[in-house]
Amino acid sequence: MKLNVNSEIALTHLLTRKRQTMIAAMGVTVGIGIFIFMISLVVGFNRYSDEALFKAEPHLRIYQDDTLSRPLIKQIKPNYTTVIINPKIANLSNTLINPEKIIADLKKQEGVVTVTPQVSVNLFYNNGISQINGVASGVDIMDANAMFNIESTMLAGDVRNLLSTSNGILIGVGIAEKLNIQLHDNINITSSIGVVKMMKVEGIFKTSNSNIDLTKSYINLAMSQQLMKKSSSYLTDILVNINDPNEAPEFSKKLQNSTIYKVEDWQAANEQSMSNKKTRQVMFGSISLAILLVAAFGIYNIINMTIKEKLNDIAILKATGFSGKDVINIFLKESLIMGIIGTSFGLLMATGLIKIVSGIYIGGDREYFPIGYETPIFFIGAILGVLITLGAGYIPAIGAAKIDPIEIFRK
Amino acid sequence: MEKKVILQTKKIGKYFYQPVKFKALDDVSFKVFDSEFITMIGKSGSGKSTLLYILSTMDTDYEGELFIGGEKITGQKPNYLAAIRNKNIGFVFQFHYLLPEFSCLKNVMIPALKLGKLSVQEIEEQAYQKLDLLGIKDQALKPASKLSGGQQQRVAIARALINQPKIIMCDEPTGNLDSKNTSIVLDTFHQLSKEFGQTIIAVTHDNDFAKASNRIIELADGKLVHST
Repeated sequence: MKLNVNSEIALTHLLTRKRQTMIAAMGVTVGIGIFIFMISLVVGFNRYSDEALFKAEPHLRIYQDDTLSRPLIKQIKPNYTTVIINPKIANLSNTLINPEKIIADLKKQEGVVTVTPQVSVNLFYNNGISQINGVASGVDIMDANAMFNIESTMLAGDVRNLLSTSNGILIGVGIAEKLNIQLHDNINITSSIGVVKMMKVEGIFKTSNSNIDLTKSYINLAMSQQLMKKSSSYLTDILVNINDPNEAPEFSKKLQNSTIYKVEDWQAANEQSMSNKKTRQVMFGSISLAILLVAAFGIYNIINMTIKEKLNDIAILKATGFSGKDVINIFLKESLIMGIIGTSFGLLMATGLIKIVSGIYIGGDREYFPIGYETPIFFIGAILGVLITLGAGYIPAIGAAKIDPIEIFRK
Repeated sequence: MEKKVILQTKKIGKYFYQPVKFKALDDVSFKVFDSEFITMIGKSGSGKSTLLYILSTMDTDYEGELFIGGEKITGQKPNYLAAIRNKNIGFVFQFHYLLPEFSCLKNVMIPALKLGKLSVQEIEEQAYQKLDLLGIKDQALKPASKLSGGQQQRVAIARALINQPKIIMCDEPTGNLDSKNTSIVLDTFHQLSKEFGQTIIAVTHDNDFAKASNRIIELADGKLVHST
């Protein structure tokens, strides 16, 4: 291999100071390793909590929002008579009109994966004297299963049994425990408008959210309409899943323009968990950036020290015809090499850390720590590592370029 | 026959500001001809080293004008000056100033690698030639730091020669050397100016060394007092 003279000088400097080179590179290794590891932790955990969320919530929900009554005569100008009214919720019903068309239109949209209608019914679960209030989702069970993967949360029973049992019900494990109900037992439910039904428990599920386990149940769509004393065209929500959940806000804006009903994305519905997510990202991001910065200072230090020790050499190089640019080039190459070595080992270190942590048993429905090898993060980490070391080398290199050889020779 | 002027100064003046304002060079004008062996002498503080650094193009903070090979050097950009030094000027310093991590051979080769006119093989061949000329070919592959002072000085001279510069500038080239090494250096300089037509400008304290040169320029208190 033919090296140009600047590279050769840079390489010789590094090779004659192997220890310092390795220590500086190790700083970058630790910085990049921890950086990638921490960000992977956050991404893994966010993915896990999103997945948990999507077991109970769709990406988008379309429903009839409550509207307030408006004055009949608008106050046109400030000094006109004001008609005083008492605003009240003006909805006669919270049903969606012509839902089949909305569903058909949605299914045609690009990016839409699953669309399913739903009737939510507020009700009481009764068993003897015990009573729990909760919400039943009247759904087409196969569509709902495709959306929430109910099957994966089932402790007992089978979701398909709901298809053959019109009065079947899938209940959360919290309800089952509180009411002391087993699979295939009967359970008495009372809807918010007072309709009472005897249901047969065809399944018990357990999500990672105990609140949902204590309130939620799935029943057939027709049964929910009966509970609300409505016809078969009665629907309260349309649930939509799309390809990329992160695009839900944009998608909801687009849908909102084409419908009079309220379109709510999961981010808007879960502001609390979104703000938690953001806090986590900022926290871990800043910690790992701080570690990277410390590593950068390591590189800066080593290059600076090399330059201080090599004042004579720099003067000699300049006297024999190397320009300031060449001097910068030499020291940039040195930090680049250290950066590349450090970053490569950093990638290995992150891989190792992720491997170790992903084997930690945490129990719950996830069983193992939610962390994975995130290719884009490794990629970003590698680029960041090289860029930061280049930056850290550039500052002292500029100083070296400005060295006046005469001052050195005079000493 | 009129000899060709290789280097010329016109009214060179230079101030030092530390610790107090002080005129180090005053109205220095002279010419150096092709293949001359010139020595500059003077007491400590007479400004001879200061003058040499100006001639070397490394010091750009002065009054007056400097011409090398007929080209005006004063006011050129630092990168261009670096290229001129690389191609036209070879340096030998009092404290030999080799790069200690590199072998003697590499030290000699580096300015030529920088110039990049020849292939690495050709440069290596020439470097061996120069080292041979100075009688230290057998030390070529040793690290520079392992050599004695006299040997290091000869490596430095070989390095100054590698790009076949028109001018070789030396700051006290024999200042640290014993009489044996001094005479080797002196012989080499004569050989260079006679056989290879190179111009040598050397600053020295050594009167015997000066007497052996073609011409002596004497400085006192920053002024040219005597030029034979």
